[in-house]
Amino acid sequence: MEHLLNLFVKSIFIDNMIFAYFLGMCSYLAVSKTVKTSVGLGIAVTFVLVMTAPINWLVDTYVLKAGALSWLSPSLAELDLSYLSFLIFIAVIAAMVQLVEMFVEKFSPPLYNALGIFLPLIAVNCAILGVSLFVQEREYEGISEVLVYALGSGVGWFLAIASIAAIREKISYSNIPAPLRGLGITFILTGLMAIAFMSFMGIKI
Amino acid sequence: MSNNMKKEREALFSAKNIKLLKNPVNLDNPITVQVLGICSALAVTVQLKPAIVMALSVTIVTAFSNLIISLLRDTIPSRIRIIVQLVVVATLVIIVDQVLKAYVYDVSKKLSVFVGLIITNCILMGRLEAFAMGNKPWPSFLDGIGNGLGYGAILIAVGFIRELFGSGKLYGYDVIPKAAFEAGYVNNGMMILPPMALIIIGVIIWLQRSKNRELIDKS
Repeated sequence: MEHLLNLFVKSIFIDNMIFAYFLGMCSYLAVSKTVKTSVGLGIAVTFVLVMTAPINWLVDTYVLKAGALSWLSPSLAELDLSYLSFLIFIAVIAAMVQLVEMFVEKFSPPLYNALGIFLPLIAVNCAILGVSLFVQEREYEGISEVLVYALGSGVGWFLAIASIAAIREKISYSNIPAPLRGLGITFILTGLMAIAFMSFMGIKI
Repeated sequence: MSNNMKKEREALFSAKNIKLLKNPVNLDNPITVQVLGICSALAVTVQLKPAIVMALSVTIVTAFSNLIISLLRDTIPSRIRIIVQLVVVATLVIIVDQVLKAYVYDVSKKLSVFVGLIITNCILMGRLEAFAMGNKPWPSFLDGIGNGLGYGAILIAVGFIRELFGSGKLYGYDVIPKAAFEAGYVNNGMMILPPMALIIIGVIIWLQRSKNRELIDKS
C-alpha cells in the first residue's frame, strides 16, 4: 500500500509528464489560454489515461511480450511480438478514445459538451502513448501499480495545465516585450514552474 | 502559403518546391512558429548525439509518411483517415525503431520511449492533415523533409547549448580545455535538467521573433 502511495506522489510531482518529460506539450500550449477549457481537457486526459494504460498493459503482458502467449499453447512460448507494440498501443488508444467519446455522449451530455472538441484530440496526445510506453519500459508489476501510475500522471498533467492557464490569464495584462509575447513567455514560464517542481525531488513517503 | 494546384508539369526543384523545403527551417518552423512536435523535442536534447539521431529519425518518418499519405490521398475515406494516417506512421516508426536498435543500440536506449512517441508527434499529423492530404507526392515529400529539418535545427541548437554548457562536451568529446576548469570554470549543472530546455526554446523563439517581426503574436 505504502509503495503505491509513493508511486502516486512520485508520478504527480517528480515524474511530472510536462515538467520532467515534456509529454503532451502540444495541447498544453494550445489549450492553456483559459482556465475553464484547460480544466476540461485535464479531466479528459486523466480519464483516458486511466482507461488506456491498464488495457495496454494487459495486452502487452498477455499478448505481446516475449513468451506472453504461452498461456494459449506451449508451442507459442518462443513468440516475441513486442515489435508490434507501437501499432497495437496506438490502435487501442484511438479505439478507446472513440469509445469514451460515445459513452460520454450517451450518458453525460453536459460533460460531452464541455469537453467537445478535446476528446478526439486526445488520441494524438503524447502523454497517453507516453504513459503506456513508460509502463512497458519500466516493467511495472501488477495492474494496481499501472492504474496508480496512470492516475498520478493524469493528475500531474491536469495540475500543470490548470496552473499555467491560471498564470497566462493573469499575465495577459502584463507588459511583456513584443517578441516574447504568447509562445515565448509560456515556454519560459513553464521552465520556471519546472524548476519549482524540482524541489519535490527525492520526496518519499 | 498558397498551394494552387497546377496542371502543367513543373521542374523537380522549381522555386515553389525550394520554398517548401526552405520555409519550415526558419519562417515557418514547426517548433517555434507552428507550435508542433514539442512533445518529444526537448527530452532528447541533453546531449548532441541523441538530438541528431532523433532529428534524422523524425525527418525520415515525416518525409515518407507525407509521401505515402499523399499517394493514397484519393483512396482514403475521410471518415477513417486519422486511423489510416496513424497506421502508416506507426509502421514507419517501427521500422526506424528496429533500425536504431540494430545499429546504434546505446543511442536507442537513451532515446527510450521517445522513438515510439514520434507516432504521436504533432508535426506528423499536422503536416499530413495540412499538406499531404491535398498535395501531390513530390511536394509533400519535400514538405516532409523541410519540416523535419526545421525540427532538427531547433533540436540540434538546443542540444548544442545544453551539452556545451552542461557538461563541457560536444558530441561526447571534451571541448572546454582542462586549463579552464583549473582556473575555476564550472559546468552549469542546471543545463542538464529539464527546465533549461524549455527556457532555451523560449529564448530561441524570442530571438527569432525579434528578427522577424511579422511572427509576433497579435494578442
